[in-house]
Amino acid sequence: MNGYLERWQRLKRNPRFVWAAFIVLAVLLLVLPFVTEWALGRAWVRILAFALLYIMLALGLNIVVGYAGLLDLGYVAFFAVGAYFYALLASPHFGVHLPFWLLLPLGAAIACVFGVLLGAPTLRLRGDYLAIVTLGFGEIIRIFLVNLNAPVNITNGPQGVNLIDPIRLGDFSLARTHAFLGASFPAVYNYYYLFLALTLAVVFVSLRLEDSRIGRAWVAIREDEVAAAAMGINTRNVKLLAFAMGASFGGVSGGLFAGFQGFVSPESFTIIESIMILCMVVLGGMGHIPGVILGTVLLVVLPEALRYLGPLQQALLGRVLADPADLRLLVFGLALILVMLLRPSGLWPSSVRRRELSAEGDPARRGQASLYDASR
Amino acid sequence: MMPADSTRALLAATAVSKRFGGLAALSEVSLTVNRGEIFGLIGPNGAGKTTLFNILTGLYLPDAGEFVFDGARLAGMKPYQVAERGIARTFQNIRLFDNMSALENVMVGRHARTRAGVLGAVARDAATRAEEAAIADRAHALLEYVGIAGCTAELARALAYGHQRRLEIARALATDPRLLALDEPAAGMNATETAELKRLLEKIRGDGVTLLLIEHDVRLVMGLCDRVAVLDYGRKIAEGAPAEVQRDPAVIAAYLGGALA
Repeated sequence: MNGYLERWQRLKRNPRFVWAAFIVLAVLLLVLPFVTEWALGRAWVRILAFALLYIMLALGLNIVVGYAGLLDLGYVAFFAVGAYFYALLASPHFGVHLPFWLLLPLGAAIACVFGVLLGAPTLRLRGDYLAIVTLGFGEIIRIFLVNLNAPVNITNGPQGVNLIDPIRLGDFSLARTHAFLGASFPAVYNYYYLFLALTLAVVFVSLRLEDSRIGRAWVAIREDEVAAAAMGINTRNVKLLAFAMGASFGGVSGGLFAGFQGFVSPESFTIIESIMILCMVVLGGMGHIPGVILGTVLLVVLPEALRYLGPLQQALLGRVLADPADLRLLVFGLALILVMLLRPSGLWPSSVRRRELSAEGDPARRGQASLYDASR
Repeated sequence: MMPADSTRALLAATAVSKRFGGLAALSEVSLTVNRGEIFGLIGPNGAGKTTLFNILTGLYLPDAGEFVFDGARLAGMKPYQVAERGIARTFQNIRLFDNMSALENVMVGRHARTRAGVLGAVARDAATRAEEAAIADRAHALLEYVGIAGCTAELARALAYGHQRRLEIARALATDPRLLALDEPAAGMNATETAELKRLLEKIRGDGVTLLLIEHDVRLVMGLCDRVAVLDYGRKIAEGAPAEVQRDPAVIAAYLGGALA
């Protein structure tokens, strides 16, 4: 066991291996939509694109919950802010059609501002109390979106905003099919590649932040806020920075979502969405980027895959015994409970966390690597 | 007895008081710590020693009185501002960043003395890289300084108890303090470990850091401190050279009960 681990550690430091792995991964990601469509159909390419959006969201929440240890149950609010910002300024609703390259960074900046707006009043709160306030914040944003259609119609209320401009990069509209190198690239492929590029950028920023003075300060606050302050960390500013950075990732993802869907409504930004994003972070391994990505992919793919339970029953039993929609939630919930029981620190925790669990195996401490850790 | 004169004073507390509900945790405590000395703060459990530390480092606000550090008032400062001024501390119940390595713990201590922000972290420009390298170098050096260079990559929570105490000191030293406040650094240590700790503290003083320490180990206090102050029920009952204080009837009474006084 240890021998394997050591060989793997050595391999990870070998630059040639790293480059080879990198190239293989890049090729895989590039051909993934083609393989997926060939094997599962085009609907699944769309699911892939959504998975990428959720990875951005989960990595944003990971900064707040995973690094800084601030339990945020209203994270979807920033996704909503980004989505509506794009929707309102690139649709016939106001007759404004700003370009994508302007809207995306602006959307991130606006979400950032909202992150600070949420962060500032909650700075004294921790754990459960913080969670409740952020929960309320998420709902406030959604309720605003529902009700801001009178007296002045800003958000178009529960109907949402329709006919949002598809994303265009200069003259290149992602909504059209393009031919390139003899292959045809339908709209959903174009979105996939754009989302992939931006997801990689988000991963890059996350990795860089993790291993930096700021990242260490976040983790220090998570571990012990009093000691962090005593070491000269301005905990107020550093926490606000975590909220702002996390929110900006959400804003980017929201803008992409609006352009991709062509339609946004408050229904997409309910509390369940916040909980799902939190599950993605916790399931994979809080504070560990590969774990968060794995958790996200699983939680996006699993509910879709469970749709096949209906046809499967038909084929095996001759009739549909249980409604697949109900069964889906049941299996999904069971899967989550099992993972948390068997792998309390997530499916793919950071090596630090794994070491700590295997070195001690102390059940009292095992519990802390779970969600409870964030609410401490 | 070494007099507490104002030109040599690094830290002065003037009539610091703190109440918790009906309990007077500190009543008008005044004391002066001179530059370059090792000053001991002793007293029975519940005497208010840690409360004094917490006020000094900005965790609590005093009800009355104030601290003056190197000529500047610390009143109303946040903990991080106190650290920036040059006061670092350790905690009675060790408060390390458990899930960070020993090295990272010390690197966090450099926060107040470094500048890199989000842009630097993402762009990782030459200045940021140089700063990161300097932080890591300093952290390695400090781990070696306190004698736990072999534990660099270990998680703080996995370290032996005595090593955790040393790591906490290394982390505090990383903030470049002029005053290092240690809350019971020898608690739970055996005689050998305590002797090693004494040597470490003398070395730190020799390198120009003034030490303020809370300690119960009487032998350590007597052998190490230049001056001590004794607190009892939130009041200062004695201050002076260890040998004098040891003979003070009020001190004996506080430790052994009123009957002997």
